[in-house]
Amino acid sequence: MTASTNAPNSQPPVSPPKVPPKTADTSYWLDQPRNVEKIVHALYAICAFLVLLDLFYHKHAHFAFENWFGFYAGYGFFMCVALVLIAKWMRIFLKRNEDYYDH
Amino acid sequence: MIIDGLNPAFILIVGGLLVPLLYGTLRKAFMLALPLLGIMQLWGLPYGEMGLIQIFDFQLVTLRLDQLSFIFTLIFFIAAFLGVLYALHVKDTIQHVAALVYSGAAIGAALAGDLLTLFVYWELTAIASVFLIWARRTQHAFRVGMRYLIIQIGSGVILLAGVVLHVSATHSLAFNHIGLEAPGGWLIFIAFGIKCAFPLLHNWLQDAYPEATVTGTVILSAFTTKLAVYALARGFAGTELLIYIGATMTAFPIFYAVIENDLRRVLAYSLNNQLGFMVVGIGIGTELALNGTAAHAFCHILYKALLFMSMGAVLLRAGTVKGSELGGLYKSMPWTTGFCIIGAASISAFPLFSGFVSKSLILTAVAVEHHWFVWLVLLFASAGVFHHSGIKIPYFAFFAHDSGIRCQEAPRNMLIAMGLTAFLCLFIGMVPSALYALLPYEVDYAPYTTAHVITQLQLLMFSALAFTILMRTGLYPPELRSVNIDSDWFYRKLLPAGIQRIIAIGSYYQPRLSARRQRRIAAFIDELYRHHGPEGRFARTWPTGSMVLWVAILLASCLLFYYQ
Repeated sequence: MTASTNAPNSQPPVSPPKVPPKTADTSYWLDQPRNVEKIVHALYAICAFLVLLDLFYHKHAHFAFENWFGFYAGYGFFMCVALVLIAKWMRIFLKRNEDYYDH
Repeated sequence: MIIDGLNPAFILIVGGLLVPLLYGTLRKAFMLALPLLGIMQLWGLPYGEMGLIQIFDFQLVTLRLDQLSFIFTLIFFIAAFLGVLYALHVKDTIQHVAALVYSGAAIGAALAGDLLTLFVYWELTAIASVFLIWARRTQHAFRVGMRYLIIQIGSGVILLAGVVLHVSATHSLAFNHIGLEAPGGWLIFIAFGIKCAFPLLHNWLQDAYPEATVTGTVILSAFTTKLAVYALARGFAGTELLIYIGATMTAFPIFYAVIENDLRRVLAYSLNNQLGFMVVGIGIGTELALNGTAAHAFCHILYKALLFMSMGAVLLRAGTVKGSELGGLYKSMPWTTGFCIIGAASISAFPLFSGFVSKSLILTAVAVEHHWFVWLVLLFASAGVFHHSGIKIPYFAFFAHDSGIRCQEAPRNMLIAMGLTAFLCLFIGMVPSALYALLPYEVDYAPYTTAHVITQLQLLMFSALAFTILMRTGLYPPELRSVNIDSDWFYRKLLPAGIQRIIAIGSYYQPRLSARRQRRIAAFIDELYRHHGPEGRFARTWPTGSMVLWVAILLASCLLFYYQ
């Protein structure tokens, strides 16, 4: 079995510093902080619009709570915040150094 | 060119073994042709049981084609084709052979009509696939591969034990509904559960998949776990326990995905989460739910492969997939970025993308059965999957802060493979009737209703809003160079530490024992060695090993004699 030997990797990672001249010093639309702001504001607007749409259509709800105004929006938002904060807290007892298993 | 009764799996297995004989363009064309020939063969076969072999009182059905096995076989062939195309530039012959034999074995298992045939292919998937990990040819990959192999083969051994009990209770080898009424059923259930990455049996997946080669991970992601989903759907549909196991699977891995740094490992956690949806569908067991499971497996194989392809391209070009090292790659790899975003939108179930038309079948089936709590868990997992797969993967790899890495775009064959997969994700999302026509049962479901589109968009956009706000307030946990301990800790840390402790205690007390006791212990060890050592009677592998060998030989000879 040759797998245990340290033969050269069959797919050597191409070293990063090769700079294709085209992308080296081009300025990109997203490099401008104000353009990032534009995207964030568009997201706020889309969210507001989507919640307001709740007033204008009928949900074919299977559960009563689905009919609450903005249920999906609120659930999506708060559960994601909870997900991230709990995961962050879990790092306290789950996080180890990268070489934790390597000896 | 349909060959009457030929098992389509053989096309990939035998064809894969012939690959080393060919070189250059001919080899590439041959490898691409194999899955296409397989699909043609599959299409030409009638529904029913074929390839029958009689062994003593037992009937082996080596080829059973019905609606359920058809859709899984079809998507396995498509995944094999896309995987071959993605890996076409690779010179390493072992990887090509392993990928083709592995895909063929998974197809053979999906087409198996009896439990013994299933077992043979079940083990073949394990043996063939480990070479995709070992092909990295590092000490680290070798150890990961060994762990993977032990667990996969272990699943096969448990399966065999279950089959023996099941057969002695029912006097039938047929692979139909099994259920949990008897101990044999439980063992088979656990064997399937290991390969399906049930909670606490899951960690081989996150351990092994991110350590395979660039192209190997794409292949691995498609088969083993979805074969387990198929097997569960066949043997345990309507088992209520699966609803709760599946719900746990959807929720539990996403916490890990949020704090994981290796982006291919993030995808492995989200793979686990997606399997959860399918397992819930099997647990519900209605026609709508099983349609949902089959549809979701179909879509999932495509978008998960697409995501692994894009991260593979990043690993190949940038040399790493660690979130902490990446960022700004959209400047160097615009095409890969675009394809990754399509994969991300598909897994997140955005309207017009494939996940939208498949996941909703399962959620609706859960709602129809009034499992409100499970439904809320799945809704949470749906929002969460957008958060950690849909946003985190593209954001940290291609956007975020510019890491300064400038590299080439992915090789052309990789881009074509990603482009084709992305097209399929979009096509299924926009023309769901094409997918629904392949499902095992009649479909009476319209995914594009006003309410469904708006509520799904609300869920997703507010999930994005949460990400944005957490990012801008600095509450989002940064990507750190780290590992997170998971259930593999028990066998990678606790078990070795426990054994070392026992050795330490033993070597402390051993010299302090009386000479007579020392002699007794030595005699006991000698006795053990005589029975269980390399030459020992109990160490011989005749019961299972030779049975498997004989079944394999019988299967092969059946194939040969069939054409005389």
